[in-house]
Amino acid sequence: MRRYSAFAIAREAARHHQGWERAWKSPAPKKSYDAIIVGAGGHGLATAYYLGRNHGIRNVAVIEKGWLGGGNTGRNTTIIRSNYLQDPSAAIFEKARSLYETLSQDLNYNIMFSPRGVMMLAQTEHELRGWQRTAHANKLQGIETEFIGPKKVKELCPIINLDGPRYPVLGALWQARGGTARHDAVAWGYARACSDMGMDIIQQTEVTGVRRDGGKVIGVETTKGFIGCTKLGIVVAGHSGVLAEMAGFRLPIESVALQALVSEPIKPCMDVVVMANTVHGYMSQSDKGEMVIGGGADGYNNYTQRGSFHHVEETVRALVETFPIISRLKMLRWWGGIVDMTGDRSPILSTTPVENCFINCGWGTGGFKAIPGSGWAMAELMAKGHSPLAEEFSLTRFREGRFIDESVAAGVAH
Amino acid sequence: MLLLECPYCGVKADETELTPGGEAHLKRFGPGSTDEAFEEYLFLRPNPKGVHFERWRHAHGCGKWFLAARDTATLEVFGTYTAQTTEPPEHIIDAIRAKRPDWSQA
Repeated sequence: MRRYSAFAIAREAARHHQGWERAWKSPAPKKSYDAIIVGAGGHGLATAYYLGRNHGIRNVAVIEKGWLGGGNTGRNTTIIRSNYLQDPSAAIFEKARSLYETLSQDLNYNIMFSPRGVMMLAQTEHELRGWQRTAHANKLQGIETEFIGPKKVKELCPIINLDGPRYPVLGALWQARGGTARHDAVAWGYARACSDMGMDIIQQTEVTGVRRDGGKVIGVETTKGFIGCTKLGIVVAGHSGVLAEMAGFRLPIESVALQALVSEPIKPCMDVVVMANTVHGYMSQSDKGEMVIGGGADGYNNYTQRGSFHHVEETVRALVETFPIISRLKMLRWWGGIVDMTGDRSPILSTTPVENCFINCGWGTGGFKAIPGSGWAMAELMAKGHSPLAEEFSLTRFREGRFIDESVAAGVAH
Repeated sequence: MLLLECPYCGVKADETELTPGGEAHLKRFGPGSTDEAFEEYLFLRPNPKGVHFERWRHAHGCGKWFLAARDTATLEVFGTYTAQTTEPPEHIIDAIRAKRPDWSQA
């Protein structure tokens, strides 16, 4: 792999940009691999990357039914933060956030990490107390957040309307080191690094079955034939239930649609990320000037990658009250993704009833921010059979009643 | 936007009038049952990509719970029926079979 650098741009400019090589190869699948990852989204590619980098397992294939990064990795609102209440979540999300800080350098690929700061508004007394509690918890976890008053909120985000009649802004939980990154670049950067380590990224290949031998996984059936493997990692977000059924177990997961939209581009007016959980909307401004807006998930099972118009209407209606400036903006694009929701709204990183088969799913509405940490923990889990970061997120926690209840902590899906 | 007919009041209601209530026909287990059965009832869901039986409440109408058969991959609705039953009635099964000949009830 030729490294990207200022020098490389000059060199290629001098020869009319004829010398750029493809960022990753598209090989035909081999007969078998040490490890197969199903799903070439951010989490799957990160898992493969850290398997190679941290554990020396490089005979790896990442199998993707569509194109890499074409699922939820390309459909989220790119927010990165780690201000969680519960210790296990805080640990894995903070690991991810800290890896994001140097990811561009690690991958030699500009993921455009922008630590512009994330604020989560307190718009009710209940939320005010909740965020103060989270700020205290974050101090104990060693995560830098603070609770700020309305004056500071206005200073950081001048376009905000503090005294909306229904939902006044009473303060916010502020994480200065949170921010956004270019979501596609995260997938592309990991893919390039994986390909460079000799891993095979096999796109346009759907897994149609999981072959087992005596309770042990031995490979996957795909639209390009059988591919053998010693270890299998299922990292497919919304379709986790479908893959689990192939492998012969069930998950505490239901798939629903989550929608997002962007406005037409406008001049820079907001250089932080604002989340308003009471009214269920969040917004940031992209480098292109579009206001990137996300809201709540639909309430019913859905695999169609589109959702209900009234959910979008609710989100925008609430945000217009907090940000009157956006009231006349036109919507430019609107899309949906299928998110995998668990009962406690926390992910599952776990061994499964099938030997040598591992699963990473249940990130629900908040997976993008976790990609590097999730890959780090999943790789360790697959290589060693256990991982301190993943321990609390096991599949058995539901039976044992050890929930990591972030839905209660956040008051909403997160 | 989903349109479901409330089997009690006969209103064709759009989803803003309704509250989704998750999978239907769950077999309930309580104290005294095994951990496996309890986990299965509380948490594990087939979450099918295809035919799904589910609960809905006509929240902004008659307020009653009813059940619906719907395809989660296409949003097609096969029919709705009252909640006083432990399994889907024959005419709903027939309606599904007519449109999904390969479908088998889990």
